[in-house]
Amino acid sequence: MSAAPVIAEGGFVRDRSGDASCVADNGFCPNWIVDNLDRYWDPLLEHVVLVVVSVGLGFAIAVALGLVAHRQRWLVTPLTGVTSAIYTIPSPAMFLLLLPVSGRGDLTAIIALTAYTQVIIFRNVVNGLQGVPADVVDAAAGTGMTANQRLFRIEVPLALPEILAGLRIAAATTVGLAALAFLAGAGGLGNQLSTASLITFKSNVVVAGVLVTLLAAVLDLLVLLLQRRLTPWERAVAA
Amino acid sequence: MTIIASTLGDAIRFIFEARESRAGTVEVGGLGEIGHLAGNHLLVSVTAVLIAIAIAMPLSLWLGHIGRGQFIAGSVANIGRAVPSLAIIAFFVAFLGSGFTNVCFALILLAIPPILTNTYVGVRQVDRELVDAARGQGMSETQIVRRIELPLALPTIFGGIRLAAVAVLATAIIAPLAGYETLGTPIISFNVYGTAGQVGAALVVAVLTLAIDAGFAGVQRLVTPKGLKVARGGRRSTRPWPLSPRRVQIP
Repeated sequence: MSAAPVIAEGGFVRDRSGDASCVADNGFCPNWIVDNLDRYWDPLLEHVVLVVVSVGLGFAIAVALGLVAHRQRWLVTPLTGVTSAIYTIPSPAMFLLLLPVSGRGDLTAIIALTAYTQVIIFRNVVNGLQGVPADVVDAAAGTGMTANQRLFRIEVPLALPEILAGLRIAAATTVGLAALAFLAGAGGLGNQLSTASLITFKSNVVVAGVLVTLLAAVLDLLVLLLQRRLTPWERAVAA
Repeated sequence: MTIIASTLGDAIRFIFEARESRAGTVEVGGLGEIGHLAGNHLLVSVTAVLIAIAIAMPLSLWLGHIGRGQFIAGSVANIGRAVPSLAIIAFFVAFLGSGFTNVCFALILLAIPPILTNTYVGVRQVDRELVDAARGQGMSETQIVRRIELPLALPTIFGGIRLAAVAVLATAIIAPLAGYETLGTPIISFNVYGTAGQVGAALVVAVLTLAIDAGFAGVQRLVTPKGLKVARGGRRSTRPWPLSPRRVQIP
């Protein structure tokens, strides 16, 4: 496979199209899509990297914050407030406001995307841990478990469904937000929709739009599978 | 640190004073242009949200009242979250064309899910005994919706409108790609406006959105019936529904 093509206006649309007249008329051109599908491979990979790194990092931070806030209850309100405020800033604005701080590129995109995952995951971690029945925790204490043992052997496992539900939502949301990471000079599938000539080219819009939506669906499915693996008792109860 | 400060300072100057474009061919920035772009931005956003309210609210008030369509309300929320806003805009532009109307259509589509879901949830979480009591008093179904369910659901409904407004304001930034000038113009046309224009416009959008979000938060408090405030006793985190309204929309 050749190196990533430079997505220049015009050039991207015209050359080596399997169906010149269809492309010239800006129709929906299956032949063009088949011929040019390999051009979407690199942006797709970049998109996956952006999402996986941001969600992974965001998950680690938010779970840590959630565990701390579970112990120090007074932290819940300020942390919820801060993460919600971040979430309210429009993502395109966020990508640009970070430019003076971290420059153009993947770093800026990852910082912004990671920040956006916080509100969703943090809230679910805290709610999940709070939802664990007090009786169960008391019973664990009665068997002589220390606070840490109770947290990691009882509370976290029981809160897992809600925590992972947060991860699912965060992953799907981040796929969509990463589509705008081109504003921060980062790559990803959004790059394929970033100019007026690209966004009006039907075949290109279909491929990029379908890929980005599929990516969200696939990640959602992967987290769902993880959830079923990690919490087998949920299914036993449901059955 | 100094670079950050000077970039921000330059960006703020861009908002208030016009200057030459990067190529030096046109005047850009200044309150005149920013004001015009902000006006466009608000016009398309407000239009889209109002039309979305007109479509989604009656429908989900009715669905909520008869207790049907939980599946629809849930799936609309999920689909709304899964399909990226950029993809929605792109589909509209590529297949229907560009300009105000098409941008507005795409934004309406984006605004409907949170309003639909929140209205539905708001109506469904109204105490069924209240509805039965109203029915026992001889209220008609329309009266029940208008006098009982709607007032009690209003805070949640406004929560949905708030989410929709924030999402629409954010997405209107990419409208210039679809041939409609908004505050996104300086953000997308980097070659003309430069970093100061990008960061300046981003600042204006961020402030505008936070202000509107705060305004809606105030309205949400105002429309909360007194009885509900007492009943909740300030504990607003109780979530009677698996779809917490906040989760529905993307920023």
